[in-house]
Amino acid sequence: MKRGGPCKIIGVHAMENKEKTVTKEKKEKVPRQAMPEQKPTERIHNFNEVPYGYTKELALAEASRCIQCKKPSCIEGCPVDVAIPAFIKLISEGKFIEAAWKLKETNALPAVCGRVCPQEDQCEKLCILGKKGDPVAVGRLERFAADFERESGDIKIPKPASSTGRKIAIVGAGPAGLTIAGDLVKLGHDVTIFEALHKAGGVLIYGIPEFRLPKAIVDAEVNYLEKLGVKIVLNAAIGRLKTVDDLFKEGFHAVFLGVGAGAPVFMNIPGENLSGIYSANEYLTRSNLMKAYLFPEYDTPIAKGKNVAVIGGGNVAMDSVRTALRLGAENAYIIYRRSEVELPARKEEVHHAHEEGVQFKILHNPVEYIGDENGWVKQIKCIRMELGEPDDSGRRRPIPIKGSEFTIDVDTVVVAIGTEANPVIPRTTPGLETNKWGYIVTKDSTGLTSREGIYAGGDIVTGSATVILAMGAGRQAASAIDAFVKAKN
Amino acid sequence: MYKVIEKTFLQEIIVRIVVEAPEIARKRKAGQFVTLMIDEKGERIPLTIVDSDSNKGTITLIFQIVGKTTEQLSKLEKGDYIKHILGPLGHPTEIENFGTAAVVGGGVGIGVAYPIAAALKKAGNKVISIIGARTKDILILEEEMKKVSDQLLVSTDDGSYGFCGFTSQVLQNVIDSGEKLNIVYAIGPVPMMRVLANLTKPFGIKTIVSLNPIMVDATGMCGACRVSVGGKTKFGCVDGPEFDGHQVDFALLMSRLRMYCDEERRALQNYRCACDGK
Repeated sequence: MKRGGPCKIIGVHAMENKEKTVTKEKKEKVPRQAMPEQKPTERIHNFNEVPYGYTKELALAEASRCIQCKKPSCIEGCPVDVAIPAFIKLISEGKFIEAAWKLKETNALPAVCGRVCPQEDQCEKLCILGKKGDPVAVGRLERFAADFERESGDIKIPKPASSTGRKIAIVGAGPAGLTIAGDLVKLGHDVTIFEALHKAGGVLIYGIPEFRLPKAIVDAEVNYLEKLGVKIVLNAAIGRLKTVDDLFKEGFHAVFLGVGAGAPVFMNIPGENLSGIYSANEYLTRSNLMKAYLFPEYDTPIAKGKNVAVIGGGNVAMDSVRTALRLGAENAYIIYRRSEVELPARKEEVHHAHEEGVQFKILHNPVEYIGDENGWVKQIKCIRMELGEPDDSGRRRPIPIKGSEFTIDVDTVVVAIGTEANPVIPRTTPGLETNKWGYIVTKDSTGLTSREGIYAGGDIVTGSATVILAMGAGRQAASAIDAFVKAKN
Repeated sequence: MYKVIEKTFLQEIIVRIVVEAPEIARKRKAGQFVTLMIDEKGERIPLTIVDSDSNKGTITLIFQIVGKTTEQLSKLEKGDYIKHILGPLGHPTEIENFGTAAVVGGGVGIGVAYPIAAALKKAGNKVISIIGARTKDILILEEEMKKVSDQLLVSTDDGSYGFCGFTSQVLQNVIDSGEKLNIVYAIGPVPMMRVLANLTKPFGIKTIVSLNPIMVDATGMCGACRVSVGGKTKFGCVDGPEFDGHQVDFALLMSRLRMYCDEERRALQNYRCACDGK
């Protein structure tokens, strides 16, 4: 596919050493291998994936850096316990497909995780090499192995375990649901995922843009789960079409709720409902799920603004602002109320946004939207902020500077300040306890809710978090559900 | 995949289709809707479920040809398939015995008014239905409405059939005649609903309108369908589609409905060119 592109990358010389028996000292000398990627000036005109991924040579060089710790701390940083040194060793031996199989033992979505996990806060943060220099690029290697297997077409489907005769319903085909489905089907259970949208993948499909996670990769990982025997029912809005209790009546022995925190949050400031103002969920869903960037080949339209402001500083805000650029924005702004240090997005995403020409309006906050005579947004009234004492989150609280209001001309705005729980399932499931924010309360790390046989995990329990944390929650609930349904007569 | 069982042109630009969707048919209640997507490149559009038959496992949808998607939908024939249908969505109409209820339907909105009138009648209300259209040729469901109403009044803007004028004038006449209305349902074009809500407000008659904002997922995820009700932002898909007509900001609804006018025109033109080319 896109791998194998030009690689004028540091450390190419290191490849010459790869065949030699390298001592520990020598290994540390190989620098962390950069991943070739599209030039910013080119990529802002297309939706193709930004990095090309490692070539075989780069992967071998990078894998050779791993010192195969006896007690690897990297694994402790992984919510799904990937056998990191083991798969990297296989790569270093040139056994790329075997490395992918090793990954898939504990991770149903390695090609996804290799792309969107915040490795710098997880496995790579704990890598021993990181203490003195740069950690092993675990994520890039994971991505390489998973891509290699997929592109080779040599995809191993493990033998199904003998059937347990237990039926498990998973609500939501996002990262949590897909992970738990993979785990439970491998244990011999009869697993059905119910998904409200017309495509499986959850945030991987509707939220994360093509240029960061190609949809063909998500489709391939979903397809793999189906080959394992997972059934996926699309267009099934649980809570509307049928309730959770209906699922038990249909013969399911346990239900896992991985429905995400899908409801968008707005600031409730004047003018927020003007035309041209989107939630990030809507903007990204139109572009990613509905392929509005290909309008009119696809039927769903999207505003292709010239001056686009995205409110917020997280990964979703970066995805939105970079989408705006690719849709043709001449000025794409991030408006964020704290300083650049506090930006919650991954550094890599902020870096990419900078490279692509996104203008950061930090320490700014919108206070009002002003519309034209047709009700379309034309200006944002912003106020400048300064940082005060740390708040509950430990970050310095942003305080408006009196009288500092000014306006920015815009024609499209994307509000990316977070999401909250969608109340449909709790409302239609008697006895299901939620907290004051509407998130489902679980008793312990297994994801057991206040109702017997109903488990939950991912954003609907924790509030908006990451793909990998949702997958970790799915993993933990899987063993609890396995024990629960096996104990049931 | 959802099979089209039957297709009828009720009028030149208003179409009724009956589609196989057994689970939705079993579950749906008056006032609820589906979103459908004709094929993988299609957009998701919301349509109210007009009727259902749980024995046959079918739902009935009525739509007016207004753009590319509805035109394409109107070209599906019996035996063709719709790729995706999600539903039933939205809150069902709150049906109880209010006493006397007026159900006002305008244009294709009569399709939405019909199941509400039927449910109100079944719950024991005296149902006065008022249906209207621009002209006689595009008036729909007169017979069906008659069957579920104690009284049916018809108006056309051009006077080609029934009362000459708007449904609001007919409702005004009903109120003036001394009829005590406990509730009014108004479903149709936004300007019509606005006029009706303004009309009933001074009389303090509770008035429910069914809104049709632009939607994408229609499950509460995107907020495309934001409407302002009583100064608060609500989502048409999960908080509605029915709201207190006296609280709705109709001007906002109208301007948000116009958001993609240019794109809609372009999509329709492209589609027609492509069809002509075949």
